[in-house]
Amino acid sequence: MSGLMGQVLLVAVLAVPAAGAAVVAALRHDRAARLVGTVAAGLTLVAALPLVVGGDDAGAGTDPSPAVRPWHQVDLPWVPGLDLRFHLGVDGISWPLVVLTALLTLLCCGYTLWKVPSGGSGRALVALLLVVEVGILGTFLALDLVLFFVFFEVVLLPMYAIIVGWGGPDRYRAARKFALYTLFGSVLLLVGVLVVVTAAGTADIVALTGGTGLSRGPQLAAFTLLALAFAVKSPLWPLHSWLPDAHTQAPTVGSVILAGVLLKMGTYGLIRVAVGVAPEGAEWAAPVLGVLAVAAILVGSLVCLAQTELKRLIAYSSVGHMGFVLLGVATLTGTGLRAALIGNIAHGIITGLLFFLAGAIKDRAHTGDLADLSGLRETAPRLAGLLGFAAVASLGLPGLAGFWGEAFAVVAAVRVGGPLWLTLAVLAALGGALTAAYLLRLLRQVTHGRASSAVAQVGPGVARAELLTWAPLVLLTLAVGLAPILVLGVAQVPVDALLAGRP
Amino acid sequence: MSMVQIVDNVALLPAYLAAGTAVLVLLADLLVARARVTVSAAALGALATATGAIFVGGGGERRTFCVGADCSYVFGGRAALVAVLVALLTLGVLGLSGPLLRAGATPVGEYCFLLAASMTGGVALGAAGDLITLIVALETLTLPLYVLVGLRRGNLASIEAAVTFFVVSVVATTLTLLGAALLYASTGALHLGRLGVLFAEQPELLDIPLTTVAVALVVVGLTVKVAAVPFHAWAPTTYDGAPLPVAAYLSTVSKLGGVVALLAVVQHALPARITGPVLALLAVLTMTVGNLVALRQRRTVRLLAWSSVAQAGYILAPLGALALAAGRTADARAAAYAAAVAYTVFFVLLELAAFAAVVALRPAGADGGTLDELRGAARRRPWAAVGLALALVGLAGLPPGLAGLFAKVTVVRSLLDGGAGWLALVVAVNAVLGLAYYLRVVAGLWSTDRPAAVPTDPAAVRGPTAANPVVAATDPAAVATGPAVVPADPTAVLVRAKPVAVVLAAATVVALVVGFAPQLVLDLAAR
Repeated sequence: MSGLMGQVLLVAVLAVPAAGAAVVAALRHDRAARLVGTVAAGLTLVAALPLVVGGDDAGAGTDPSPAVRPWHQVDLPWVPGLDLRFHLGVDGISWPLVVLTALLTLLCCGYTLWKVPSGGSGRALVALLLVVEVGILGTFLALDLVLFFVFFEVVLLPMYAIIVGWGGPDRYRAARKFALYTLFGSVLLLVGVLVVVTAAGTADIVALTGGTGLSRGPQLAAFTLLALAFAVKSPLWPLHSWLPDAHTQAPTVGSVILAGVLLKMGTYGLIRVAVGVAPEGAEWAAPVLGVLAVAAILVGSLVCLAQTELKRLIAYSSVGHMGFVLLGVATLTGTGLRAALIGNIAHGIITGLLFFLAGAIKDRAHTGDLADLSGLRETAPRLAGLLGFAAVASLGLPGLAGFWGEAFAVVAAVRVGGPLWLTLAVLAALGGALTAAYLLRLLRQVTHGRASSAVAQVGPGVARAELLTWAPLVLLTLAVGLAPILVLGVAQVPVDALLAGRP
Repeated sequence: MSMVQIVDNVALLPAYLAAGTAVLVLLADLLVARARVTVSAAALGALATATGAIFVGGGGERRTFCVGADCSYVFGGRAALVAVLVALLTLGVLGLSGPLLRAGATPVGEYCFLLAASMTGGVALGAAGDLITLIVALETLTLPLYVLVGLRRGNLASIEAAVTFFVVSVVATTLTLLGAALLYASTGALHLGRLGVLFAEQPELLDIPLTTVAVALVVVGLTVKVAAVPFHAWAPTTYDGAPLPVAAYLSTVSKLGGVVALLAVVQHALPARITGPVLALLAVLTMTVGNLVALRQRRTVRLLAWSSVAQAGYILAPLGALALAAGRTADARAAAYAAAVAYTVFFVLLELAAFAAVVALRPAGADGGTLDELRGAARRRPWAAVGLALALVGLAGLPPGLAGLFAKVTVVRSLLDGGAGWLALVVAVNAVLGLAYYLRVVAGLWSTDRPAAVPTDPAAVRGPTAANPVVAATDPAAVATGPAVVPADPTAVLVRAKPVAVVLAAATVVALVVGFAPQLVLDLAAR
């Protein structure tokens, strides 16, 4: 694929959903608007997929080579006074996340075509979903630190509006908590980014990666600020408390986007920006990060064991799963980072599916209380089967997507060696067992037993729209589980390059 | 030295045009005595002033009223920017004044004259080259406002507001004057440039306690005009008691004037070693107190007033970098001044848009009301609500209000350039506090919980307007949901609402444009 074509596609990945959002907002007819939005989301996915074509990791091995080698890039000046350039690029670290984002947004828009959650108009919801998509994709594609920050911020208010407009009964409090926590994170990101930019005199991620041009002092300061910022977004224990409320109160499509891709902005930022730009800082802070990650795994799993609400349980499970991802990052090894990347993707697919299913169950049974949900297998066997599949995938059964990220995060920690990391590895493995415990408890309570009164009224049918939405996620869970090379193949070279500069 | 001075009348052209506007308005009111003509004269004058300032400012710096190398009137890039902004903001405020003037409690001629007179002060202020010109220009800007705040007949709140404002402001001016006098006593200079040179050449001047006191007095006196904590207490009372357009003027032009005056003395005259720590402390206090108190506000204008106190903190913050040696290098200083100016430009734009939206959302001639009265307003006036949301989100510094986002980035950037990372963190954390109350207002606009049936509530409309059902009914907001009285001529409603809508649309569009192209503002601010 020619360079120009790649550039056109890169810009299209952002321009199509942005234009789609504008058209959807301008259209008066609700259903037509939702259809247009879904088409725009589909076109975005179509533009994102071929980015991998022509993605040769040229320059690998030739020394000295930049630590980031984008397959395609666009670099235009925007605000010279603030060192801000409109610099986009895609490589093996960002491409899987870009595709995941485009896919999940398409599924959410399609789902909204079929069913609009109560609250506002479906048209506005689709427009907001597309704006969120622009922000997330921009974050994954940005190769300029200030641009990265701008896109990071774009996501905040539309997501707030989605929770407030279409959320559950306690939506105002949950949405406010989400907005304030996230903004707290992103203002730290702003200061961290500008610390780097002032110290290095450039905001170009390609030039900055590897820590060249930054002395130790600024690196430590920058990494502390950036890691805190991304820890809020990921979220890392103990900064996670916005997550359960926001996920529980958000409408189904909001929860899917939140858990599926929004959290990944944090882990991606940690890998690309924090570790990439301030490797010395990362080295310095890695033990703390590792301890917090394992604490997140254990706390998340233990809290899940005590949850009584379906969506809240799935929400808290994200804390544990993201703990594995962060543990992988904290090891600062190739295995660990690759585990983190595949863990990211797997969590996005599986938790997206789990939230879709939880939404479907809550819509049918009108309750999310685990005590009132039993015997789903009796009345809705297909729904119960899918939930079982998703839960088993989530607990990390080998052969399904969830396995690779968690197993190799532990392996990476063992390989780092030393008493600290061995202890962390053992504790993380224990957390994996706890994960299995709470997911099996969930399955026992929801699918088995006698049908409760709430479940008894649930019909066995699953709408075709629902099946269409869920099928890609089920297939991807299997595909990534059986052939992890799908994600790891493209990530191999960029991860090695990212770590090449390390002593 | 020759006693005959050559006066550069071209440099003075913008000030002539502004003063001419005031005279023209007076004559129009006297001779034609029709409200429309008077307002049009003022608007045309403001436009002419802006055009004149662009014209003169485009031709490089012009100096006049010089004694040797020191000039009392220096019309350069900064002065042109200030003059254009003041003139355009005055034009905007005039556009917002329609509903107030039609309500009948405010005399049109006096109102427009005072506004034009105040504009004259603002235009001259940016060019002031010595302390006396600076203080006189600032007072010319402020003096008409005492009257404007209390101009509504039979309105007690207005008069209270005017008295508060008057007393505080006069005390502030006295302090500044005293400071200027003491400075003259210790240095023998009044020209800003000369003072700067003296302090640089004779550092021993700073060892005299009198000098420190003088510098502190000048700075403190000027921060009162910016409404910086702890000299802020007049702002909420005054803004809330004043008619909405006057409150808009106070929080944009008047604040801009205070910032310009403060920048002039800090940049050119006073030693940064003394002003830096004072300004850093004031900035931290102003941001934090402003944001914390704004969290608890229940009245719209009071919330905006406290938020504008907090915003003054962000404006002062870059100057706080002067407290450290790293912030006093030539580059860091230039960045700090440019950042303060840039932030001010972004801020006044968003603030004008916010006030324009509040005027559009409220019944004609009413005050700002409470936040509850704005609940669900998006269903009645979706576009005005979108305008208010964009402005407030911009003030909070988040996309889609990119103008506000880049304003914050500029400030944090300049602070880090000056090595004041701790102050950058304070600014950043304050942005989170700010979002909490801006979000409450914005979310309330679309709230469906408990639609507030307030537009017809007589208590919401102060003064004689409430007794006049025709006026209340001609307001589009009231027509949509309110009383059964249908206006005789529907087009009249449109015509009447138009200037407000135009101002709101123009401010929003300009804010969006500079949001996508912030370099325009950064270039202007660095001149």
